[in-house]
Amino acid sequence: MTTKNMKRFKGFIKKEFYHIFRDKRSLFILFGMPIAQIMLFGFAITNEINNVDIAVLDHSKDVTTQEIINKIASSKYFSIKQLIKNEAEIEAVFKKGKVKAVLIFEKDFSKNLTKENNATIQIITDATDPNTANTISNYTNSILQKYQQEINKNIKTPYQIIPKTRMVYNPELKSVFMFVPGVMTIILMLVSAMMTSISITREKELGTMEILLVSPLKPFQVIVGKVIPYVFLSIINAIIIVLLSIFIFNMPVQGSLLLLGVESILFIITALSLGILISTISATQQTAMMISLMGLMLPTILLSGFIFPIASMPLPLQIISNIIPAKWFVIILKGIMLKGVGLSFIWKETMILVVMSLFFISLSIKKYKIRLE
Amino acid sequence: MENKNVIQVKNLTKKFNDFTAVNSISFEVKTGEIFGFLGANGAGKTTAMKMLIGISTPTSGSAQVAGFDVFTNPEDIKKNIGYMSQKFALYDDLTVKENITFFGGIYGLSRKEIEEKRNLLIEELGLQEIVNELVGSLPLGWKQKISFSVALLHNPKIVFLDEPTGGVDPITRRQFWEMIYKTANNGTTVFVTTHYMDEAEYCDRVSIMVDGKIEALNTPKKLKEQFKVESMNDVFLKLARC
Amino acid sequence: MSISVQNISKTFKDVTAVNNISFDVKEGELFGLIGPDGAGKTTLFRILTTLLFADEGTATVANFDVIENYKSIRNNVGYMPGKFSLYQDLTVEENLEFFATIFGTTIDENYDLIKDIYVQIEPFKKRRAGKLSGGMKQKLALCCALIHKPKALFLDEPTTGVDPVSRKEFWEMLKRLQKKGITMLVSTPYMDEAALCDRIALIQDGKILEIDTPQEIVKHFPKKIYDISADNMYNLLLILKEYTHCYSVYPFGEFMHYADKRNDFNTEELALFLKGKGLNNIKIQPTETTIEDTFMELAK
Repeated sequence: MTTKNMKRFKGFIKKEFYHIFRDKRSLFILFGMPIAQIMLFGFAITNEINNVDIAVLDHSKDVTTQEIINKIASSKYFSIKQLIKNEAEIEAVFKKGKVKAVLIFEKDFSKNLTKENNATIQIITDATDPNTANTISNYTNSILQKYQQEINKNIKTPYQIIPKTRMVYNPELKSVFMFVPGVMTIILMLVSAMMTSISITREKELGTMEILLVSPLKPFQVIVGKVIPYVFLSIINAIIIVLLSIFIFNMPVQGSLLLLGVESILFIITALSLGILISTISATQQTAMMISLMGLMLPTILLSGFIFPIASMPLPLQIISNIIPAKWFVIILKGIMLKGVGLSFIWKETMILVVMSLFFISLSIKKYKIRLE
Repeated sequence: MENKNVIQVKNLTKKFNDFTAVNSISFEVKTGEIFGFLGANGAGKTTAMKMLIGISTPTSGSAQVAGFDVFTNPEDIKKNIGYMSQKFALYDDLTVKENITFFGGIYGLSRKEIEEKRNLLIEELGLQEIVNELVGSLPLGWKQKISFSVALLHNPKIVFLDEPTGGVDPITRRQFWEMIYKTANNGTTVFVTTHYMDEAEYCDRVSIMVDGKIEALNTPKKLKEQFKVESMNDVFLKLARC
Repeated sequence: MSISVQNISKTFKDVTAVNNISFDVKEGELFGLIGPDGAGKTTLFRILTTLLFADEGTATVANFDVIENYKSIRNNVGYMPGKFSLYQDLTVEENLEFFATIFGTTIDENYDLIKDIYVQIEPFKKRRAGKLSGGMKQKLALCCALIHKPKALFLDEPTTGVDPVSRKEFWEMLKRLQKKGITMLVSTPYMDEAALCDRIALIQDGKILEIDTPQEIVKHFPKKIYDISADNMYNLLLILKEYTHCYSVYPFGEFMHYADKRNDFNTEELALFLKGKGLNNIKIQPTETTIEDTFMELAK
């Protein structure tokens, strides 16, 4: 860029910052939202469960099952409401809404465990609330696993209780850790996509876009000039969220901060290119806002696997979730933040985001009009 | 029972924080009069008008419109006036017929009355061809004429017109004023703002607002004599420039 | 810096906004496009400022084609769109500075050109544009359109919704700018402003009715016009409309503008007729034809 061009560009960015800092609403969205959201999810809408009523169907009634039942009953998460005698009762207790889950020990549980080295425990959860159901099964698994570790201490061939738990990465059962990646994804999506699309359509609505088009500014400069302030603000937001998680919720970031930063920038670019795309197809701020909310925010919240596990969704939704950039970013974030993995484990997701960004950027460039039609 | 003055305003004032938009204005409008309410941009016309139609409460002073007080009975005022603004007139995505039916409905006309009024309107304005078209597809002039008629559907005592002819072509503008004459002739008071100074000449009396105050109020003829100029345009320039 | 428009047409869906329009604007000329809302003025402006493609026809601005050389045009013209397109949340000064910067110049560099206008709004330079009155917004918008010293100015309805005082001042400014050699194409729905242009095109429903100087254009009205007034103007209008020999009658300020079909029209006779219809204080006198009369005649 020539110096003259550079000066134009700088002037443009300066103006963008004026807009942002003078609009109290957008300032609130920019800086109030991340803090509010992380606090909200951290403290209020946690997935933690307390004293959930469950029922037990014990087919073997031996020492081991009694020990496991005691373990579960003594945990603060569950209270055993009812002991039932046969399978026929299961439906009845669920229908009455008395319990959220039923644990079924197979026949000869102890014998199987000692002789065959494995025994099966069936956990049936009330899936009308999939979220709680999922949490219950995870918590139960984790209790079972602890018990297993205890009994296996002095044994050569370890006993195994099936099903195995999947809760290996969040052993302390602290759900706020699960939410940080989700909240970060939402905030970056909101700031990058929605705010950018609104700020571009605002110029169209005001009529200033006409003047900008009839000026030596290149359309490319207009777009990049619009986007840069939001890249900057999004990065600040990501930093705020990570700091809040570390210092308020004592969440350890297991993986590389550098990788976290680079991946976040990649996602910001994906979101921004979506924002630009939205602005090219909407004529008013209102439309841009609606498309951003319905087309981006809802899928990000619902289909990214951050609140509702993708695995428990109907197949069509599982397939659709693949085109939601947020899904891949949540996986990446969980990988880096909770599992501490490096790029070699998340390169596939990273590539998907790169391809998506390239696709959206080229689509918006194709769609961006240097004229009004 | 019929009051001779259908609008009576005394020391009406509206302040926004430390800014006085309307500064103690007083005037009367007689029944059946065409009253021109002029002023430069930002002189306080719109604020004053909003108080008179009952959608903004004055800071002080008093005003009666159609026999009702703007402080205590703004809802009764709304029932007895018609209002047409340049910005919002009709729903673009409804047809002419649907618009008439809708506005008749919100003013509490019976289905039969609406039907009669609608047919009368279609006849008078010659709307036969376009009655089932979306309002959005009509030229501005048509829209303004129809929305004026719609503002009169419930036989209001006064009709307030806020820059009804802005941007309208000269022929339609005159047809519009013929409608205004006719309305006034039928006894409805017309309270109108405009930026066209030739239109000021069509009014029975004209007030000119400058910086929140009414600086002149008289018939166009007397105003021209008073300021010793040829046209209302010159009256306006003389008042607003100093 | 001339402008040339050849057989330009533009249709949106089923509405023909501009219908085979041709005209030329000479270098340094103040050319007016006069017509009501919906006449096609804005579409034409957008075609000339390279914002829209015409369906048919060609147009050049300063010999640059609006399609092929759009970049050269964008560097050399000033454009003030219909709504005063300013950033409401930026101050007067910041708006001006921003437009100076994106055109690669500074306020100081071209201050001479805008000085006359800018001094009027300078006392409010720290005020946000959204808080300015209509007249001041209009002046600021003009300053912003001028700040890069364009060779041609496109002003789309710069006086719409602005009070008569500000309108008058605005036209005085345009006249001064013209002396500095800037070619100007201005559109307006106000017929009285047409008289201030060098040449005007009357436009309605996407078609040009007539192009001429304001002095010549009134000659397109075929009849002699009389001012008529009486005690009851509304009745006067109704009676004249029904009068057998009436060619045209329109309210014009405090008078009716009346034209008679006959060549040997006698005012005395009409006065008697009106008196017979119960009107008093009848005044009939010849008057000058205005551009508005002409427009209505041509638009009929």
